Amino acid sequence: MKASIIAFNTIVIKEILRFSRIWIQTILPPAITTILYFIIFGTLIGSQIGDMGGISYMEFLVPGLIMLGIIVQSYSNVVSSFFQAKFSKSIEEMLVSPVPNHIIVLGYVSGGVLRGFIVGILIGIISLFFTKISIENYLFAFFVALLTSILFSLIGLVNGIYAKKFDDVTIVPSFILTPLTYLGGIFYSISMLPIHWQYISMLNPILYIVNLFRYSVYGISDVNIYFALFMILFFISVFFIISMHLLKKGVGIRN
Amino acid sequence: MKALVIKNLKKTYSNGFEALKGIDLEVEKGDFFALLGPNGAGKSTTISILTSLTNKSSGLVKVFGKDLDINLQEVKKYIGLVPQEFNFNIFEPVIEILVNQAGYYGIPRKEAHERADFLLKELDLTEKKHSQALELSGGMKRRLMIARALIHKPKLLILDEPTAGVDIEIRRSMWKYMKKLNQDGTTIILTTHYLEEAENLCKNIAIINKGEIIENTSIKKLLNKLKHEIFILDIDRELDTLPKLNGYNLNLVDKTTIEVSIEKKEKINDLFKLLSEHNINVLSMRNKSNRLEELFIEIIEGEKK
Repeated sequence: MKASIIAFNTIVIKEILRFSRIWIQTILPPAITTILYFIIFGTLIGSQIGDMGGISYMEFLVPGLIMLGIIVQSYSNVVSSFFQAKFSKSIEEMLVSPVPNHIIVLGYVSGGVLRGFIVGILIGIISLFFTKISIENYLFAFFVALLTSILFSLIGLVNGIYAKKFDDVTIVPSFILTPLTYLGGIFYSISMLPIHWQYISMLNPILYIVNLFRYSVYGISDVNIYFALFMILFFISVFFIISMHLLKKGVGIRN
Repeated sequence: MKALVIKNLKKTYSNGFEALKGIDLEVEKGDFFALLGPNGAGKSTTISILTSLTNKSSGLVKVFGKDLDINLQEVKKYIGLVPQEFNFNIFEPVIEILVNQAGYYGIPRKEAHERADFLLKELDLTEKKHSQALELSGGMKRRLMIARALIHKPKLLILDEPTAGVDIEIRRSMWKYMKKLNQDGTTIILTTHYLEEAENLCKNIAIINKGEIIENTSIKKLLNKLKHEIFILDIDRELDTLPKLNGYNLNLVDKTTIEVSIEKKEKINDLFKLLSEHNINVLSMRNKSNRLEELFIEIIEGEKK
């Protein structure tokens, strides 16, 4: 047990040092992108849009952008770190040692969660320069952010395990994650869409996550929050089981 | 107690390639054991299975009495691996690579730093403690991998071509260190393409070819199988033709160098006497190639026939 805790701490420290060493690639870009979003969408275009769901457009944007940061950063951290470890074969350092698979999963996921939170908090701080936010339920907001970063870290891990070349690492974020995120109600309320597009939007899992977080901040949501919570927890369980199974079988990491 | 017992170990890769065809192998505790074979013979597959980097198809593996299938975590604690290829993150500082590896084995950070400092000193890497691994020379990277493999004080150290691409001076100092480790009680399994290395360091040997063990004995016994040795003699005067010496097969390589094949039963002193009688004095002499190398080629060539 004690050995497992030390191994877990080692992976987490390693991950923190890794993304801190390259903060210009990992922490700075989302901060700059967020500032641009606030200036272009919030200040310039937002002032023409008016209120959305009873709050200003700028206020409406903040929870979505925080979630965007958390989702992308949690995912990217784990997928790139795990794939790099595979590519350089340094993953073997872990595989030859007695680190249990669940500790490998928890360690990498924790690294993703931490980077997601750092970027999320940074985006939150940046947003204070553009608008006022009063979070309705801090604990729930934290809980939603935590679950979201766990989920996307796990998805990143599964992608990292399967990835055989650098292209495989970028396919999911470019062609699946980004479109779903942008169509996930970050920049608009789905109530603005024609009814059939509202139904199609309901199939987008990111819509639930963004709305859940918006609910924790402002108490407003386009979707049923209990269903949204259930969905996140369900997919966390699914991806955790998949990761454990893949590591046990040695898919992509053992011959 | 046996450090390693392998019984009927088989490995067939998903493409149908049969890398191991049911090998049996035993390594005594405290042994310095050489596992030799040509490229693609199955050495690395065997090592990968021992270190759980490759899943075996069937067979039994026991390390210090612990079954790999039943006590995998314990088996992993016993083994330290120095792989053939560099397999660390080149962007990480040397000290982090070592301390992290210790962490994976459950060694607390403070103790890990102490062990890392000790090993860096032993392997002459202290100056590079905070350097990124990419800044190290080839020899230093090899030594770093040895330090990393030793950080959890393994009872069985597996060295997969540890001195490949290393200059002679560093190679010799690494041999000295490996000998010391073995004398201190660490069982060592070595694979190498430098057969001089195996001859110098190892007590016992197994030769693997095409997934099968074709020789498993002590180095001494194996060398006794050598039927003849070829020596190169540097002589003190120039010759245009060689004198006829009964019973010896001489060859003039150049005007001052003779190549001679000596049967196992023949005495080399007799040859020197005969040469002296013809007013030819030997200044120096050396084996044409390493003895083990000659034998190795003989065995592998024999297998081909």
